[in-house]
Amino acid sequence: MENFLNTLAFGIYPYIALAVLVLGSIIRYDREPYTWRSGSSQLLRRRQLIWGSVTFHLGVLVVFFGHLFGLLTPIEVFDALGISHGAKQMLAIVVGGIAGIAALIGATMLIHRRLFDARIRATSTFGDHAVIILLWVQLALGLATIPLSMGHLDGGEMLKFMAWAQGIFTFNPGAADLVAGAHPIFKLHLLLGLTIFLIFPFTRLVHMFSAPVRYVWRSGYQIVRTRSAAP
Amino acid sequence: MSHLLDRLNFFKPANVGKFADGHGVTRRENRDWEDGYRSRWQHDKIVRSTHGANCTGSCSWKIYVKGGIVTWETQQTDYPRTRPDLPNHEPRGCSRGASYSWYLYSGNRVKYPLVRSRLIKLWREARAVQTPVAAWASIVENPGKRAAYTKKRGLGGFVRASWDEVNEIIAAANAYTAKTHGPDRVIGFSPIPAMSMVSYAAGSRYLSLMGGVCMSFYDWYCDLPPASPQTWGEQTDVPESADWYNSGFLMLWGSNVPQTRTPDAHFYTEARYNGTQSVVVSPDYSEASKFADLWLHPKQGTDSALAMAMGHVILREFHIDRQARYFEDYVRQYTDMPMLVRLVEKDGHYVPDRMLRASDFADGLGETANADWKTVGLDAESGEPVVPRGSVGFRWDEPGKWNLEEKDSAGRDTRLSLTFIMEEDHDGVVEVGFPYFGNREHDVFKGTDHPDVLYRRLPVKEVALKDGKALAATVFDLFVANYGLDRGLEDQHVAVSYEDNVPYTPAWAEAITGVPAEQIISVARAFAGNAEKTNGKSMVILGAGLNHWYHMDMNYRGIINLLVMCGCVGQSGGGWSHYVGQEKLRPQTGWLPLAFALDWGRPPRHMNSTSFWYAHTDQWRYETLGVDEIISPTAPEGPWDGALIDYNVRAERMGWLPSAPQLKRNPLTIADEAAKAGKEPKEYVVDALRSGELQMSCEDPDNPANWPRNLFVWRSNLLGSSGKGHEYFLKHLLGTSHGVMNKDLGEQGGAKPDDVTWHDEAPEGKLDLLVTLDFRMSTTCVYSDIVLPTATWYEKNDLNTSDMHPFIHPLTGAVDPVWECRSDWDIYKGIAEKFSEVAPEVLGVETDVVMVPIQHDTPAEIAQALDVKEWKKGEVDPIPGKTMPQIAVIERDYPNLYKRFTALGPLMTELGNGGKGINWNTDREVENLADLNGVVTEDGPTKGMPRIESDIDATEVILMLAPETNGEVAVKAWEALSRNTGRDHAHLAAPKEDEKIRFRDVVAQPRKIISSPTWSGLESEKVCYNAGYTNVHELIPWRTLSGRQQLYQDHLWMRAFGEALCVYRPPVDLKTVKPIIDEKPNGNDQVVLNFITPHQKWGIHSTYTDNLLMLTLNRGGPVVWISEVDARKAGIEDNDWVEAYNVNGALTARAVVSQRMREGTVFMYHAQEKTINTPGAETTGNRGGIHNSVTRAIVKPTHMIGGYAQQSYGFNYYGTVGSNRDEFVIVRKMENIDWLERPAPDAEEIV
Repeated sequence: MENFLNTLAFGIYPYIALAVLVLGSIIRYDREPYTWRSGSSQLLRRRQLIWGSVTFHLGVLVVFFGHLFGLLTPIEVFDALGISHGAKQMLAIVVGGIAGIAALIGATMLIHRRLFDARIRATSTFGDHAVIILLWVQLALGLATIPLSMGHLDGGEMLKFMAWAQGIFTFNPGAADLVAGAHPIFKLHLLLGLTIFLIFPFTRLVHMFSAPVRYVWRSGYQIVRTRSAAP
Repeated sequence: MSHLLDRLNFFKPANVGKFADGHGVTRRENRDWEDGYRSRWQHDKIVRSTHGANCTGSCSWKIYVKGGIVTWETQQTDYPRTRPDLPNHEPRGCSRGASYSWYLYSGNRVKYPLVRSRLIKLWREARAVQTPVAAWASIVENPGKRAAYTKKRGLGGFVRASWDEVNEIIAAANAYTAKTHGPDRVIGFSPIPAMSMVSYAAGSRYLSLMGGVCMSFYDWYCDLPPASPQTWGEQTDVPESADWYNSGFLMLWGSNVPQTRTPDAHFYTEARYNGTQSVVVSPDYSEASKFADLWLHPKQGTDSALAMAMGHVILREFHIDRQARYFEDYVRQYTDMPMLVRLVEKDGHYVPDRMLRASDFADGLGETANADWKTVGLDAESGEPVVPRGSVGFRWDEPGKWNLEEKDSAGRDTRLSLTFIMEEDHDGVVEVGFPYFGNREHDVFKGTDHPDVLYRRLPVKEVALKDGKALAATVFDLFVANYGLDRGLEDQHVAVSYEDNVPYTPAWAEAITGVPAEQIISVARAFAGNAEKTNGKSMVILGAGLNHWYHMDMNYRGIINLLVMCGCVGQSGGGWSHYVGQEKLRPQTGWLPLAFALDWGRPPRHMNSTSFWYAHTDQWRYETLGVDEIISPTAPEGPWDGALIDYNVRAERMGWLPSAPQLKRNPLTIADEAAKAGKEPKEYVVDALRSGELQMSCEDPDNPANWPRNLFVWRSNLLGSSGKGHEYFLKHLLGTSHGVMNKDLGEQGGAKPDDVTWHDEAPEGKLDLLVTLDFRMSTTCVYSDIVLPTATWYEKNDLNTSDMHPFIHPLTGAVDPVWECRSDWDIYKGIAEKFSEVAPEVLGVETDVVMVPIQHDTPAEIAQALDVKEWKKGEVDPIPGKTMPQIAVIERDYPNLYKRFTALGPLMTELGNGGKGINWNTDREVENLADLNGVVTEDGPTKGMPRIESDIDATEVILMLAPETNGEVAVKAWEALSRNTGRDHAHLAAPKEDEKIRFRDVVAQPRKIISSPTWSGLESEKVCYNAGYTNVHELIPWRTLSGRQQLYQDHLWMRAFGEALCVYRPPVDLKTVKPIIDEKPNGNDQVVLNFITPHQKWGIHSTYTDNLLMLTLNRGGPVVWISEVDARKAGIEDNDWVEAYNVNGALTARAVVSQRMREGTVFMYHAQEKTINTPGAETTGNRGGIHNSVTRAIVKPTHMIGGYAQQSYGFNYYGTVGSNRDEFVIVRKMENIDWLERPAPDAEEIV
């Protein structure tokens, strides 16, 4: 039974979550383009937003990309670069810890603002509340893993998670078994992370797909759209 | 196909071209998203409507409907074009109108009939076992039951009810009241018919068929300038805003055009581009001030001093030292200046008495008819007294001589003497006394120390009268002497130079007003200089800023004098532009029969609201302004005692003012009593009044027999906006919680009125039932017993006109009324139907005896010519229509009231139609209406009569009967007037004889009205609409005593109260601050400020002040404006909550601290709802208060004069006005902001 649950949570649930994330986002983008937005409340009140939001986003971006590259880069790449597993573990603890704390502080400010600013609260949806609270919990869980990781400074646990994540993407049927023995806090962290993927298309999180990075290199200040041969 | 796939175009270049050196790119990409913006502005239809907010803008709007929902509105741009060289009208509109559609679906919308839950419980209980009228009787005749709901007014507790049920309550209450107390105890208040004529008419038609009372509004709002009827015999007639463009010199005096005339302000801008000079006179730096070449900022309330000084300069430089030819000819022909005034001795000097009349001379100067009413001048050629044509006596005797030709009665050419100044022209020089009020004590308004009576030397002529020789002077010579000008008569007391400290020099005015003398001189010169060069194209735009002072007449007459002495009135681009409410009901004579059911019975019951509310909200019980404070030191012999209300009672008894309720007995019972006594009702009433067996209600307003019982309020926010003395309304009329902190005369031990019965216990809660119709939950709704949900301006069909433009245009239903709302027409139709069903329980066909005041523009307006005599004191016999009110007998068919409501009655063919003293036959129009609307086919008393079933049927009645919208009627009307004047006027309408404007025409496009004798201006291809134009150019007399512009007011009461000629009168002391100033400290510093209530930018009256969009543009709730200096004194910072209070009550608001404000004043923009963001006041413990919580109405005896040509009563035309500018308040920062968000004392669960 325990094995079944473990397989369900870390072998099957990841595919469900990722499938919902991808298909849900495509469908929403196509069918409800006007709902595709970050849902910023800056117009309603600037107070607390700038500090909270910037701190949160800076932190969370570092954490996000840390996880992305940390988990999905094959371990051989680090070995080839001569980065020891212990060093990688240390890097993850220090950078992830600092960024995680920044993100948590930012998220705390944003939650306070969302709940205690009457105007913001009145215009918030269930989804708005859920997203920020889930992110806060996820950040807290992530930070809670640091003391555990301190016990595995050789990076052994980390390697299991890397193998699991890469296993999911390489359709390794035994991926779930790799994390079966991990500490419950790690498991909760993974589970909640997958859940955030699951709800992604139904919330304001979709704005992650639309970061205006192209502004950096696009040409032309005035844009006209041709009527002829539009796709 | 897919937005996502479209974005995946990495192999196809998205950029297909560049331009602007590479700064622009042309892209190929999906453009479907653009449809989002397209559909945002797509709609299913556009419907033409407007906003009936009593905003003179009267702008036509496009109302957009999408999916059955009104989505937004934009300005119409299809007004008929003006002439070449004149800017067009469009676009007209402002942010307020553009936000209106918010109301339709807002939380503040009244969606269902609402009724006070305590009342409905009682009603359902009683109705379960009783018939409707008996059920109502069982509630209101039981003091406990009645108090159960009346004492809770304003404290919430509404529940929904069905239309059928509320209509039955209302009908039963009306029937009970008519049967028990009399139909004149059923009162209706609705203002400004011009903003939605049919909606007004719906209620007034219902009330008039019942015998109920329709209340006036223009005078109550203090928008009526009594100076206008006094001078011109005309309620208010003004140039349209386009005529500003024709002006050469434009003065804005107490009028803030860009803020309060927003859609018209472009003409002001365009006039400036056209080279028009402009001076703005305003104590604060108003929005208009930035338009000005020169901004004059006199101390508030001292405008008449400024105007008098300007008049002083103009007389000196254009009439005395040099006679401007145009000015001299103008005043000779068009004003009373050449008329003779008798001088009489008083205290060893002379004072001016009344104007000489033909009857004063031995043979009546050949006049036999109306010789008492024909004024006299001196012919310059013969030196003999002559009777010039045009005076009111000619109006009402043999027709053909009532005109302004320079001829005497016999048709001889005359040239009247303006002055006797030349040695050879006068028989002597005497000292004549003029009253001076500028020395009166006032804590704030400091005067000068000149004596009470100013003596001036005056050239006089000796005339032989039938009672001996007498001295007479011309009005011109009196007028000049009054201005204190030296004329070389060795007068010690007059001014030789502008620097002399003599009333009314510029130097004197500088001391009073603070405006530098040089500025007064230069403005006066420029004003008159332009008028001389352009034959009168100097204009003054003025408004409520001046008219709301107790002595508004002086402010106004000071300015009117300037215009008249420069020949500006009646000239395009010139004249008196008094803009206040939307009083111009252009198709008035077509509307009157519909509105007051003149097709079924004449006359209707009307009441002047100021006197009514003064009496029935018991504000008179607190009166502290004594007659001795306003009486003139030169008053003729007489007791001049009593209180202000005594003068009103005397005026009612003499038939000068109307009464409501009228008699201390049900008027439906009088015919029977008379029959028992074997008399005609008229004779019976006269005898019973004389014997004292019958009393008029006005003598005892606090007696339950004389209380108003049922009140309808519709198209109005009486309690949230116009109700001066708001807290007194709550206390005495409604009987609920209130903020009055005043003691009445009984408690103060003050002198009580002579002619009014005093009850030690003041009544609280006179009304049995208050019914309000509104589309939004206004302050008035909150205090009502029943609230009826009415259609908004986008949900009904109606008509709208204004004085600012010459168009008539419609309100049209863009969507059906939402939820359970109904149009006003349908609501009253529904009540009428229910009433006819319910009334037979107690009422059948009844005989109603109606008291009618002596009306202006009727032959009765020449009542007491030479003196004032009271029948009550036995000085004269009571003669109805002469020395007392006229008495009329009218049949009321209560069971058929509904049938009468919905058909055009027989009197239109029997009696015809008319207005302003002329009459015409309407057979053709009635026939046309029968064809157009169809006739009633059901059996009954109305079978075969034209139908008035729908609101559109009602508009067609108005349009068909009015000369302004039916050319054929216009020609008939002008022909009728031609018979009076003996001159042909029909040419003014003849080219438009075939034009008939129908409702669908105005729906298609606003239409210009047709010129009619109802008004004194023309609308043509040659001139803009300008008041007095036909008087000057067609020689039609003004409807005054002399038939000319009347600058000398010779009625006994005018002389007694010192206003025969214009003088400076400082604001009066209302004594509302001293009794309370240190009684209720809250620990903060305080300042005492003059309380001024101008019109605002974020609302039109109270409408829009609860509209989210407008609230967002200002501070989201009530505000008062104070100066930085006063704020510093009281330790107030911008946006602080402050309380303003005096003995009348208290209000709360946020403070706007602004450099724009003048020290010593506080502005509270009029009519900000207390239903929005308003905390409780610390002094009263009640919610906020509105601007009128700190005011109290105070009546002025000169406004009560009647039966005297131009000073005769007309509905909204003449009468007491509700001034409120002389008020002072204590202002301080609040300590505790209490939102009172807890249940009311002994609140109970709602059913």
